[in-house]
Amino acid sequence: MTAAPLPPQPVLRLSGISKSFPGVRALSDVQLDLYAGQVTALIGENGAGKSTIVKVLTGIYQPDAGRIEVDGAQVQFPTADAAARAGVTAIHQETVLFDELTVAENIFLGHAPRTRLGLIDWVAMEAQARALLDRIGADLDPRLTLRELGIASKHLVAIARALSIDARVVIMDEPTAALSHKEIHELYELVERLKAEGKAILFISHKFDEIFRIADRYTVFRDGAFIGAGAMADVTEGQLVQMMVGRSVDQIFPKRAHNIGAPVLTVAGYSHPTEFEDINFTLHRGEILGFYGLVGAGRSEVMQALFGITKPSKGACRIGDGVAVIRSTAEAIAQGIVYVPEDRGKQGAVKGLPIFQNVTLPSLSRTSRGGFLRMAEEFKLARDYTRRLDLRAASLDQDVGLLSGGNQQKVVIAKWLATKPRVIILDEPTKGIDIGSKAAVHDFMAELAAEGLAVIMVSSEIPEILGMSDRVIVMREGRIAAELTGSDMTPERLVRAAAGIAEAA
Amino acid sequence: MSDASHTPRIIPDRLTSPLTRALRSWEALLVVVAVAVFIANSIASPYFLDAWNLSDATFNFTEKAMIAFAMAMLIIAGEIDLSVASIIALASTAMGIVMTAGFGTPAIVATGIGVGVLCGALNGFFVARLGLPSIVVTIGTMSLFRGISYIVLGDQAFTGYPDSFAYFGQGYVWWVFSFELVLFAALALGFYVLLHRTNFGRSVYAIGNNPMAALFSGIRVNRVRFILFLLTGLMSGIAAVCLTSRLGSTRPSIATGMELEVVTMVVLGGVNILGGSGTIPGVVLAAVIMGLVTFGFGLLNVPGIVMSIFLGLLLIGVIAVPRLIARMRR
Repeated sequence: MTAAPLPPQPVLRLSGISKSFPGVRALSDVQLDLYAGQVTALIGENGAGKSTIVKVLTGIYQPDAGRIEVDGAQVQFPTADAAARAGVTAIHQETVLFDELTVAENIFLGHAPRTRLGLIDWVAMEAQARALLDRIGADLDPRLTLRELGIASKHLVAIARALSIDARVVIMDEPTAALSHKEIHELYELVERLKAEGKAILFISHKFDEIFRIADRYTVFRDGAFIGAGAMADVTEGQLVQMMVGRSVDQIFPKRAHNIGAPVLTVAGYSHPTEFEDINFTLHRGEILGFYGLVGAGRSEVMQALFGITKPSKGACRIGDGVAVIRSTAEAIAQGIVYVPEDRGKQGAVKGLPIFQNVTLPSLSRTSRGGFLRMAEEFKLARDYTRRLDLRAASLDQDVGLLSGGNQQKVVIAKWLATKPRVIILDEPTKGIDIGSKAAVHDFMAELAAEGLAVIMVSSEIPEILGMSDRVIVMREGRIAAELTGSDMTPERLVRAAAGIAEAA
Repeated sequence: MSDASHTPRIIPDRLTSPLTRALRSWEALLVVVAVAVFIANSIASPYFLDAWNLSDATFNFTEKAMIAFAMAMLIIAGEIDLSVASIIALASTAMGIVMTAGFGTPAIVATGIGVGVLCGALNGFFVARLGLPSIVVTIGTMSLFRGISYIVLGDQAFTGYPDSFAYFGQGYVWWVFSFELVLFAALALGFYVLLHRTNFGRSVYAIGNNPMAALFSGIRVNRVRFILFLLTGLMSGIAAVCLTSRLGSTRPSIATGMELEVVTMVVLGGVNILGGSGTIPGVVLAAVIMGLVTFGFGLLNVPGIVMSIFLGLLLIGVIAVPRLIARMRR
């Protein structure tokens, strides 16, 4: 990659940008420079702050601190419209367009050419849309409605829209995620064309091959902080991976004895028509098995199949001694498999019901007699398990919806422990919860394993995966890409397996 | 989160006692309204405070209330059944056919109840099995069931039910206590236990608050939904037996518009129309209030249309007032 000499001044410069949300510091003092006619790759793990910076750039979030400069002059983007008027436009993973409108309408929505009477000049709009589409080499009829187009064509429309507002900065957030091989190559050509027109491009991707193929410069974020930036020509894949994952694991994870016992769950050849294929693994008593992978690698889908939410098309699983086919969540629970879902709000806590009723929901057959509720038993069970998890709440009769995210998570975990499971699956158990609750969840997980429970932890956080797991399975595109144990469990190997990069020589 | 103590904090079971909670509840307010309506009626009409007149008043709500109990559970679970009045029409028509064919009272009653259950099963199949929205399904079956009655009967009517059949709508168990009133009381108790004292009732609340999380907690969500539709059909069938027996005839227009009165009763009883909360005692009180108001207006010779205007305003008021209060507090 031969990078053109850098222009003296970036088109867009962010410096000292910080942004916090309740309990989370999403960005802290980060910087980002984008140059005309250059593609800058923004690299980082899930949760590194990439989407947050995109939202700051497009006026959706207001930074708590920091400067935004366009051509050296300080500006502010109080609204999405202000960012658009300054020439910043984003093409998202799922393009934000309108299916019911035509290609031309989508391109010119909000800034359509007008006639003298102030009405939309349809003839001019169509002609201009055609010109824009020609410019990017897209063979699309501007009169088609968007719903008739495939995802790749929708990207082209989004790009034409970016050109129509005379964007100077184009943000592409994982633009190739849903594209076929051929479409990806067409996109690369388009990016080259935009570069030639002098656009500054921010390219976000997890795929190293395409970053090296297309980017001139890179910027790396980790945990909301700026790690480094420079020219692609001066950096190797290994160096980038190292910057992404860092060297130190700065969180403290509980130390624990590894008393791994007999197999509890054996999964053989689990497959699903679209989500995953040929999943094989064995889980043992007292073990914490980590599942790592990029978003969309199929980890949650495998777990939900084990929990009976979806049915596998092939394969079987063996629990303890018997072979079981799990067809419903009730059967999974009866077999001793429980699942703490990633989406706490929708799938975990029943907001509107009090804490104690949430805890006893899957255990009602034990707290009741002959189908009739026994409140005293329910309170007793809820008391036992919420105390174990160190729940903070005003009373057990309080609505779960009033608790903080971390405490809601504790209620959900308490609910599952109360069923006395053999296998507990935790899907992103600490995502979006505060540090204090995070540590409590980690301690607790270690305690469970020590008591002989088999634990599966799905996580996208490398320190958590490495700090907690005895063994890690890495998934990529619905398949198991690697299984790592002992000294093989390094951040580099995880990232390489997840992204599909060959091992360094 | 910051305190470093490692001894787990003791969380009390409850902060407000069940009694305090009951006194602050919607049901407590309904008791006040019921007493006020009762006093107003006894002042307005000298005929009101008479055991037999009061007994007559109960016929204004007993049949609707039977359906309202099942409807309350359905609405708490986040569903609705607008076909209940049409189920009555179809069940009543079927009873007429069986009666005309020469069968006796037991067969007539069994037919009415059986048709109700079948109608409920059909609604349940569309909603729980095929995953269609219940409001659309039951608007459809509302037309379907009553349509069949109109095809069978046209402008005719079934009359001439056997004398023994009259007991269900006109008979008295003891003194002024009619069969319908006793059945109402028994069903109220039964539904109270079912909704508030069983695992099944708890799963209804869980589904109404968050069907996804309920599913992820091992509740057979669609089975519960199906059973609730079945139960609503069953209650509509029983109501059809009582109403047909009381009127002594079947016309295809029987119970027209009753579905809205049932829904009104449920909502007035404090059941959240969006699902998730509500109680059987609330519905019982709402039934009594609506019965007393109807009866009072009747004694004062207020035309029926005024009654329906009043009910409409009451329904909107019941939904709007708590929200307005909540907004003003903010």
